[in-house]
Amino acid sequence: MEVSIAGAGPAGLYLAILLRKAGHDVVVHERNAPDATFGWGVVFSEETMGALRDADPRTHLEITDSFARWSTIDIRYRGEVLRSTGHSFTAISRRHLLGILQRRAAELGADLRFHSEVDEPPEADLRVAADGANSRVRSARFKAKVVPQGGKYVWFGTDLVLDSFTFAFRPTEFGLFQAHAYPFDEHTSTWIVECAEPVWRRAGLAEMSEEDSIAFCERLFADDLAGHRLRSNRSLWLDFPLVRCPSWHRGNLVLLGDAAHTAHFSIGSGTKLAMEDSIALAAALDRHGTDLAAALTDYELERQPVVDRFQQAAGDSAAYFGRTGHYTGFEPVQFAFNLLTRSGRITHGTLAQRDPALVRSVDAWFAGRGPDAVAPPPLFAPLLGLPNRLAAEVSDVDSAVARAEAGIGLVLGEPVAVTPEGRLTPDTPLFEEAAWRAYAEKVREAGARLGLRLTHAGARGTQGPLVAASPVPYGPFAPVPTELTDLDGVLRAFADTAARAAGTGIDLLELDIADGHLLAGFRSPLTNRRSDEWAKPHAFPLAVFDAVRAAWPGTLSARLTVTDWSPKGATIEDGTAFARLLREHGVDLVHIRAGHTRPDFHPEYRRGYLTTLSDRVRNGAGVRTMVGGYLTTLDEVNTVVAAGRADLCLLADPRPGAKP
Amino acid sequence: MRIGIGLPNTVPGCDGSALLDWARLADAGPFDAVAVLDRLRYDSIEPFAALAAAAAVTSRVRLATMIAIGPLRTPAALAKQALSVQALSGGRLTLGLGIGARLDDYAAAEVDHRTRGAALSRQLAYLRGPVAESGVGPAAPFGAPGIPLLVGGTSGSALARMARYGDGYAHGGGPPRAFASAAAKARAAWQDLGRAGEPLLWGQAYLAIGDPDAGRDYLRDYYAFTGPFADKIAAGALTSVRAVRDVIRGYAEAGCDELVLFPTSADAGDLNRIAEVVDGGSA
Repeated sequence: MEVSIAGAGPAGLYLAILLRKAGHDVVVHERNAPDATFGWGVVFSEETMGALRDADPRTHLEITDSFARWSTIDIRYRGEVLRSTGHSFTAISRRHLLGILQRRAAELGADLRFHSEVDEPPEADLRVAADGANSRVRSARFKAKVVPQGGKYVWFGTDLVLDSFTFAFRPTEFGLFQAHAYPFDEHTSTWIVECAEPVWRRAGLAEMSEEDSIAFCERLFADDLAGHRLRSNRSLWLDFPLVRCPSWHRGNLVLLGDAAHTAHFSIGSGTKLAMEDSIALAAALDRHGTDLAAALTDYELERQPVVDRFQQAAGDSAAYFGRTGHYTGFEPVQFAFNLLTRSGRITHGTLAQRDPALVRSVDAWFAGRGPDAVAPPPLFAPLLGLPNRLAAEVSDVDSAVARAEAGIGLVLGEPVAVTPEGRLTPDTPLFEEAAWRAYAEKVREAGARLGLRLTHAGARGTQGPLVAASPVPYGPFAPVPTELTDLDGVLRAFADTAARAAGTGIDLLELDIADGHLLAGFRSPLTNRRSDEWAKPHAFPLAVFDAVRAAWPGTLSARLTVTDWSPKGATIEDGTAFARLLREHGVDLVHIRAGHTRPDFHPEYRRGYLTTLSDRVRNGAGVRTMVGGYLTTLDEVNTVVAAGRADLCLLADPRPGAKP
Repeated sequence: MRIGIGLPNTVPGCDGSALLDWARLADAGPFDAVAVLDRLRYDSIEPFAALAAAAAVTSRVRLATMIAIGPLRTPAALAKQALSVQALSGGRLTLGLGIGARLDDYAAAEVDHRTRGAALSRQLAYLRGPVAESGVGPAAPFGAPGIPLLVGGTSGSALARMARYGDGYAHGGGPPRAFASAAAKARAAWQDLGRAGEPLLWGQAYLAIGDPDAGRDYLRDYYAFTGPFADKIAAGALTSVRAVRDVIRGYAEAGCDELVLFPTSADAGDLNRIAEVVDGGSA
């Protein structure tokens, strides 16, 4: 087969090597000179090195002869250096890697044509576009989505030879800057500087010359660089382009590596994914012989799920680095744990395997003990009078007792309506003192604490004439509620019920400002169309909160929709601002909810889908949070609470439940 | 996990007698359900008509749409079709609904495709409520334990729709790991809506054992509107009894309640081949 490849980066060259070994004719077109390269070192994992060894032992040997290996991550923050061990990384100079691949490809008889600029790989049996993240072939021939991801970044080198993967954080008057740095040979390290876009702008970097910008970064990281210099190689501030392409082949044209997909640099996987693409494509061509269409389909089917996983992790990592300014109040040990678990690929449990000492110090710190203490995992730390960080929602006393006996610290009983028309269903109970007193006692005997949620269904009710902030029906064919006029009556109903609940042994009271129910309806522009004083989204919910706070002396939680997940709806910024108000008004806990303001909203369901929202509210508003979002394992709970993303977790019931 | 079998109602050239042969064999075999697909602009038999015909020659199997493109019909017309099959079959209908992926079907039906998600929600809300008082009969309740409602789709809003109106989720097909990932999302959506238990989970796959090349050609043609995805769908067809066994095991492990195996030809050979597998106790 005749193969033409556009782009002599790691993906294109490695494919050329593998296809030459399989006996195909290969021509590679590269617009630059053989030794022109941007960037400094690239990172590989152990797993990738294994794949490279199997695919071509010769290049594997040369690569392993010259790369840097290390197993530690240093986190430089607030004048301290925290070191985490047990990770394994390898990195190599990009220039050196390309040299190895060029020599090997040439030796195998690939026709490498440098200074050969092509719009598309020239006509051949198979045409491969390996022309990088800004692929011209992709933009001309494929329907890809390219959006900037994460903050502004610039890729420097330095003659400081690090012995760890290093993250350095430097607060400035403009905001927080961070460096991602790692060694890649005996003389040099990569030093990437990153910050949020507004920080970059405030610091004047948008207008600075390349020299001034290097000088700025050198001054900023002077302590970390210990007198060493930063070196530029066309080092300009960039936006990372997130590339997603639904299909990677068309006819005999196929995309490879960054041309097909990118993964944010903060998980260091771009080159790894690119070279694995080459291996998969060569193997698919081998399996399918002359059936090119089947081979290209097979290549995509094999690689897309892997790439999806890395893009998900990379997206979480990039978003974390965009938020680091919120974590500058964290103690170093928690800051480090949060950083290490940012992308979901490392958890409390897996980190305990890699670095047991660090996890022990996290656990000890979380339990409020000395650094050498032996402490239980984070979820067992008491909070607000609760025995641990696990919560569950239950529908009756028996299941509450069962969950309590199973070890859940807080059981949230079935919601109670404060008025008959505020019931969610005909079965929603009203508050009954004796019943809840007995309920609380049973839960306490079983070792847990009981939470009571006070609700008013508003537009989502089913009982009789409905009231809501405005006459907006909850979905098609739903009854149109009337605009609430007796606000004082509703406020008093909430406060009276709270007062009656006090002294019954209930441990936590939760006020429902979520899920499109009455109070939540006031908070969203989708459902509050009033023109009176209660048009202000926070006014009525906050008034009710104040009345309940005055009537209830115990722990008070607000169940809060922090974003509508709808165009033109309330945003996470609105939700965070309201949570800050609640904190000022004495809330103890914010229970994170999202969506459901109207039945048509745009969630992104996956494991832990509410955790990032919780993180943003907790660390943006300075409140304790409780979060659910389909967390099914204790490892997830340990990770979420130890990383400071929430304080309490609702554990989803993983039992194969009763099916309808 | 139960195994259902697709009827060849969307295989071009499938006539009444071939369709009924499939239905009879399925009813006599180890299958739990017969299921149909829905496509307007194609040489295919209308799904409710196919199920009505199947109802007449079967007595045991459930009759399922997997899925019918709801918004191509008005809510009342859809309800009428579904209720008719339910009455003709003695209560054996499972109604799977989705928006489909084919804009040309919407154009042919003269229905606005831009609001198809909202239209499907409205239709489901109608089936869950006002239809009972509408005079559209023969009356029967929509939603388990009446006519179970399955809802398809992959976006977050589709999963929220499924959890709000459905009894379960109709997955669109793919390898077991893709099903497992979708099932986790469906369960998350279900709990997010505060519903007890778990959604019913239905999966699907294509059979092309007897003549793999012809089967793949059919799939490339049927899914030509998806562009490059047609090749991936064709590559996912099960072309050996062993592949069927693997997929059955994979779906069962992922918590699938019912896996529907769809034919790519009207020839009943594949049905007989997998009847042995299913009978062999892997279900």
